[in-house]
Amino acid sequence: MSSLLSRQLLPLLHLYSRCCMKMLRCNVRLPVLMLLAAFLSACEVSGLNNPYGDEDEKLSVLYQSFSERPKHLDPAVAYSSNEYTFISQVYEPPFQYHYLKRPYQLEPLTATRMPDIVYLDQDGEKLGADANDSAIAFTDYLIEIRPNIQYQPHPALAKNAQGDYQYHRLTAGQIGSSATLADFNATGSRELVAEDYVYQIKRLAHPKIQSPIAEMMKNYIVGFDEFAKQLGDKPKVEIKDRPLAGAEVVSRYQYRIRIKGKYPQFIFWLAMPFFSPMPWEADAFYEQPGLADKNITLDWFPIGTGPYWLAENNPNRRMTLVKNPLFHGEAYPTEGEPEDKQNGLLDDAGKALPFIDKMVFMLEKETIPYWSKFLQGYYDASGIASDSFDQAIQFTGSGGVALTDAMREKGIQLQTSVAISSFYMGFNMLDATVGGSSEQARKLRQAIAIAVDYEEYISIFRNGRGIAAQGVLPPGIYGFTGDKEGINPYVYDGLGDTLQRKKIDAAKQLMSEAGYANGRDPKTGSALILYFDTTAVGVDDRPTMNWYRKQFDKLGINLVIRATDYNRFQQKMRGGNAQIFVWGWNADYPDPENFFFLLYGKNSKVQHGGENAANYQNAEFDRLFEQMRNMENSEQRYRIIQQMQALVRHDAPWVFGFHPKNFSLFHGWYKNLKPNLMANNTLKYQRIDTAARAEKRQVWNKPVFWPLILGGVFFVLMLIPAINAYRRRVRETIQ
Amino acid sequence: MVILWTDALIFILMAIIVGLAFYMRSQEHIKRPLKQIGRSRIGMVSLVVLVFFVLIGLLDSVHFKAGGNKTNEIVSLLDYWATPLRERGEKTYSAPFAVTLYSKEMMTLADGSTHWDYPRLEFGGSHLDDPENQRLDDILQKGLYGFAQGAGLVAFFMFLSWGMLAEQHKRLIRSPAATAVWAVAFVIVSVSYALVYLSGYYHVLGTDKVGEDVFYQAVKSIRTGLVIGTLTTLIMLPMAVVFGILAGFFRGWVDDVIQYVYTTLNSIPGVLLIAASILMVQVYMANHEENFTSVVVRADMRLLFLCLILGVTSWTGLCRLLRAETLKLREMEYVQAARALGVKQGTILLRHILPNVMHIVLISVVLDFSSLVLAEAVLSYINIGVDPTTYSWGNMINGARLEMAREPIVWWSLTAAFVFMFALVLAANLFADVVQAAFDPRRAGND
Amino acid sequence: MIHYIIRRFLYAFPLLMGVNILTFVLFFIINSPDDMARMQLGQKHVTEQAVENWKQQRGYDLPLLWNADAPQQEKITQTIFYQKSVGLFLFRFGVSDSGRNIGADIQERMWPSLAVAVPTLIVGLLVNICFALMMVLFRNSYLEHTGIVLCVILMSVSSLFYIIGGQFFIAKLLRLVPISGYDDGISAIKFLILPVLIGVFSGIGSGVRWYRTLFLEEVEKDYVRTARAKGLSETQTLFRHVLRNAMIPILTGVVVVLPLLFMGSLIMESFFSIPGLGSYTIDAINSQDFAIVRAMVFLGSVLYVIGLLLTDISYTLVDPRVRLS
Repeated sequence: MSSLLSRQLLPLLHLYSRCCMKMLRCNVRLPVLMLLAAFLSACEVSGLNNPYGDEDEKLSVLYQSFSERPKHLDPAVAYSSNEYTFISQVYEPPFQYHYLKRPYQLEPLTATRMPDIVYLDQDGEKLGADANDSAIAFTDYLIEIRPNIQYQPHPALAKNAQGDYQYHRLTAGQIGSSATLADFNATGSRELVAEDYVYQIKRLAHPKIQSPIAEMMKNYIVGFDEFAKQLGDKPKVEIKDRPLAGAEVVSRYQYRIRIKGKYPQFIFWLAMPFFSPMPWEADAFYEQPGLADKNITLDWFPIGTGPYWLAENNPNRRMTLVKNPLFHGEAYPTEGEPEDKQNGLLDDAGKALPFIDKMVFMLEKETIPYWSKFLQGYYDASGIASDSFDQAIQFTGSGGVALTDAMREKGIQLQTSVAISSFYMGFNMLDATVGGSSEQARKLRQAIAIAVDYEEYISIFRNGRGIAAQGVLPPGIYGFTGDKEGINPYVYDGLGDTLQRKKIDAAKQLMSEAGYANGRDPKTGSALILYFDTTAVGVDDRPTMNWYRKQFDKLGINLVIRATDYNRFQQKMRGGNAQIFVWGWNADYPDPENFFFLLYGKNSKVQHGGENAANYQNAEFDRLFEQMRNMENSEQRYRIIQQMQALVRHDAPWVFGFHPKNFSLFHGWYKNLKPNLMANNTLKYQRIDTAARAEKRQVWNKPVFWPLILGGVFFVLMLIPAINAYRRRVRETIQ
Repeated sequence: MVILWTDALIFILMAIIVGLAFYMRSQEHIKRPLKQIGRSRIGMVSLVVLVFFVLIGLLDSVHFKAGGNKTNEIVSLLDYWATPLRERGEKTYSAPFAVTLYSKEMMTLADGSTHWDYPRLEFGGSHLDDPENQRLDDILQKGLYGFAQGAGLVAFFMFLSWGMLAEQHKRLIRSPAATAVWAVAFVIVSVSYALVYLSGYYHVLGTDKVGEDVFYQAVKSIRTGLVIGTLTTLIMLPMAVVFGILAGFFRGWVDDVIQYVYTTLNSIPGVLLIAASILMVQVYMANHEENFTSVVVRADMRLLFLCLILGVTSWTGLCRLLRAETLKLREMEYVQAARALGVKQGTILLRHILPNVMHIVLISVVLDFSSLVLAEAVLSYINIGVDPTTYSWGNMINGARLEMAREPIVWWSLTAAFVFMFALVLAANLFADVVQAAFDPRRAGND
Repeated sequence: MIHYIIRRFLYAFPLLMGVNILTFVLFFIINSPDDMARMQLGQKHVTEQAVENWKQQRGYDLPLLWNADAPQQEKITQTIFYQKSVGLFLFRFGVSDSGRNIGADIQERMWPSLAVAVPTLIVGLLVNICFALMMVLFRNSYLEHTGIVLCVILMSVSSLFYIIGGQFFIAKLLRLVPISGYDDGISAIKFLILPVLIGVFSGIGSGVRWYRTLFLEEVEKDYVRTARAKGLSETQTLFRHVLRNAMIPILTGVVVVLPLLFMGSLIMESFFSIPGLGSYTIDAINSQDFAIVRAMVFLGSVLYVIGLLLTDISYTLVDPRVRLS
């Protein structure tokens, strides 16, 4: 009898104790019971500081952050990197950059193959591939896309039993009762067709959409300008049935883009989100009045064919991308650079993409929480703020960089890459003092170029994360060279293998030749005053500004910082009222044309409103530029580029600043990482080892309770004299 | 000699204070609370601290062009004396009294080999050959020497005043308040002497990210704090007093208009109003660049506007208080009597109303001071405070915020800003308490 | 009473009008519509045409205050001022310069702001009153003196230090709570503990001092003396008489700030990345999105007016001697 009882009881007891354990586990996460938990299981608790819920433990989730809410997620409008982080995972242009191969190389994404390029003359007759540049009046790009690609499930594509679009005629009541896109329960999908790509190109032209590249595409795509003028104030959906001469559907899966003249770089635009497909249903759905008041717009809820779809968009806090259930499938690349194999980057070769089920992006504005959460394992990747640099990075004996021991113990990985961008200090060439092509001004500029020691800048403000620029082009762009020819002879002396910035005496010599001996302005008799225009008004910028002042002070020049807000700065630049400024350029595509056009005379900011902020004008340079821009990469193009570099170095409209080096940290559980500066849709290749992460988080986040307990005890002790005093007082008699 | 806008206003303020002091000497009803303050130990001690801060601020308000006309650099008397501090920058962070930088660096030795270690500072402790063994002794020795110098100076003055005073004043000096004052003055002067002496050899509070001396920054920030605390009041006082009294005295439509104005201003969230105005100043300066060639002048202009706009947002509180008080006063018998006698309204306002609301003004001025100093820090955090090139505690905190995330942590900028700001605000708060206790008629005679 | 409230509402109208004109003038002096357009369009490839386009889409291509070309009545209505301010009075805030609907954003961000502000207010009130009562209870003892000194010391520390210090010690060193962030529903608690704690702590200094003077004033009144003479114990007089009578100024003081709780705390929210209205305002200032700033100014003024009204009403409720007329 007794044995029977015990046999029955035993499992029960077991169950009971398991319940207790479970309750404990749940409860300890509630900070209300923090103290209780502290006493019960002070050594067991971990992750009180977990900023996420527990619901995702089964999935492979990537945690990242964004510091500024993206303004636009409409692929026709988005143009900044923080927006591309999201939409590149959702929208698919016909081409993409190969993930592993270098130099950067395009490959088809939704297209079946690279486009057929046909040159046409003025009358629309076909020309051969070797046709003379001047004869080419138009270029045709014929693109064929793959069949059976489906859009993500989306309410705009939902159809009812009769085959009509379910949500295209919403009533006021329906709109009123829905707060977000998820409130439209039914979703639908359809096949991607060539027309969607053409529709998107038409959208770029629509004045209501305000695409940032519309003004530029006017110069390239045939009939683009006329199309835009015709549209005026008409609703967005109208463009569906209006023909655009430069973009037409050839068949269900084929379309043709016709551009003016020859523009070989156009293919790079076709790999940007601007040219991804857009179903007309999206505009028809989102344009219904009332939805915009609820922030339900295409700008916030994308609709694409990519590996992920945006499940939650709360730019005030969190954005979540979830695997697209209808993704057409893509395989991990099977080939790459030779060392990729050793680095384990080809371990997943041929496997189906994407690997990560869900990506959570948290809004994180402040650096301290961001960095701390990364170290606690709550973010999978992090940049390095200059304040935490020493903690993470050390320089090795040979001048290379490596992680500190503390980081290596945590299994963190470091990735470095030189960004395809240039930062420079520009002179306004229209300015009376520093500008112009006179010998005096040129010598002054060259002297300043020597004095402003960007090596020091990089080491102080960027912790060595960058390389001092020798010319217009950053490494990785055709025409850049690391050998002797690539040195700026006006600023540097090549000493064997190493580069040596010229001594300050050389600059002082140039100053006296320019008529400013010891920095004295002959006109006023006192120190030459130059003006530095900047938008750097924050406290954090003060050291930088002081540094610039010091650099000019070496030449005896008194540099006055004119800090204004962004608008005022832009205004000054447009009006040509700036004198010296610092500016940067991030490449749109990996071609030298995208950098040299910043100095092309016909792009000058003041006369033409272009991107030539220095307003540099040199007939010879312009001639070479016109020759270079339409060439294929070749020995001849290389030579022309070197000539252009030499011209710019001599005239010194820019003090070449630096090309930033990106350092990123990733936790050990983050796999398949290779920096790719051109591609933005790289998240689909990456993988997370969830188990390893959970384990590490557990170890790293043990809370410390004893100060809390100590504080409590201290407080109680403090109360004792108070209580005593009170007792005495109550017993006191009035004298 | 260059007189900046804020300098001019500071001198005006000083003149007003001196004038007021003379005026008050002859007023019996003000002398009594003043005597009460004089008897309060806390009041006098905090006053000494405040005076010390004010002296530094005044030194920093005398500007002239350094090096004649050759350069355009405007420096203050304080800058001039602290030239070594100002110019002896290191490369980057170094801890207080350190002789090396805070982080390791790659160094090339004489024989061409490279070496990964903490580099020596260019100036801090550069006179030492063997810093590891000598440093502590050297610091103690120099510190004591400086302290002794300061102590000697105070002692000298003490004896001097002792010898020169008449017997009845000697009794005054022996009072507890006076002893406390002497003790505090002794400590302040000696310690600051020691610090100044040491800072000739070391960075006593370390250096910041670009190697600037933190001690110098903290001392320079004193002027900014004082300017904001005092000039704001100077700007808002006339508005508050005039409007408050007028509204209370005349009532009717005057009252309506003034009430409308201050309710409107009050209802706008202060931060937003400040943000808008600061942006406007920037626009103005961008459009009139030729007037602001020097960094100091630009920063000064922004400081002045900040005071101005803080004044505009903060006068409403005092105005309301004064209005209520005037409403009460105008019903008083002596005011009624004056009216019945046909005294002109202007005279009534000047002779009967104004003197009787002065205690409210005084109390609110001292109370506002500390909150304004604190507000500056917060505003700098949202980038709508003083110019980023101005030294201020807010800017220091804002810049040092990120240093807390470093490992090992860089604590000295934040600590320096904290200590200096805390000392000033605490002294101001304590002093305000004493003033309030002395002048508040309801509490008069309680303590 | 009803008459009074209606009158106050009518009185609020010119007030709000004044606020509106002031902010409009301030912000449009700083930022012409051209500036706004360029700000929003970014750096690359911006042309005059694109700017014109943007202005037209957003309704910024009208004259500022007076449209001389328009017929009759439209001289006033077809201006930026009219178009942008009429909506405000109807609480239709329109679209921000970056393209989101402001009204929807405000509705969404109001809750996190309240989630921080309301607990801070309540806990702060309780803690402050407790400490103040204790100080009154132990008046003229060393406890009171240390208390007062402590209060002054707490008051003299900038609130920035409380935030930086709290975040550093509790979240970073002790790892007791997440450093920053926010979540909906019950899981928000762990994110709110620290901001609320810091908010309460930074208010203790001035709060306790203020309530202490209130209580002291009450303690010295005659009826308290009578009560004590009657034989009531110290604690009894304190809780039965002093606290109850001091509740009037305390309550009315709280009521004024109630509506403004919606606006959130600027600094706290941005330090802890809580997506409330405070951080919304800061972001708007930093990105110079003046449509949002104008809306927030207006909202702030409305709430202020409501606060004033509530105070008046609460006076009549707690103190029957006061009559509104």
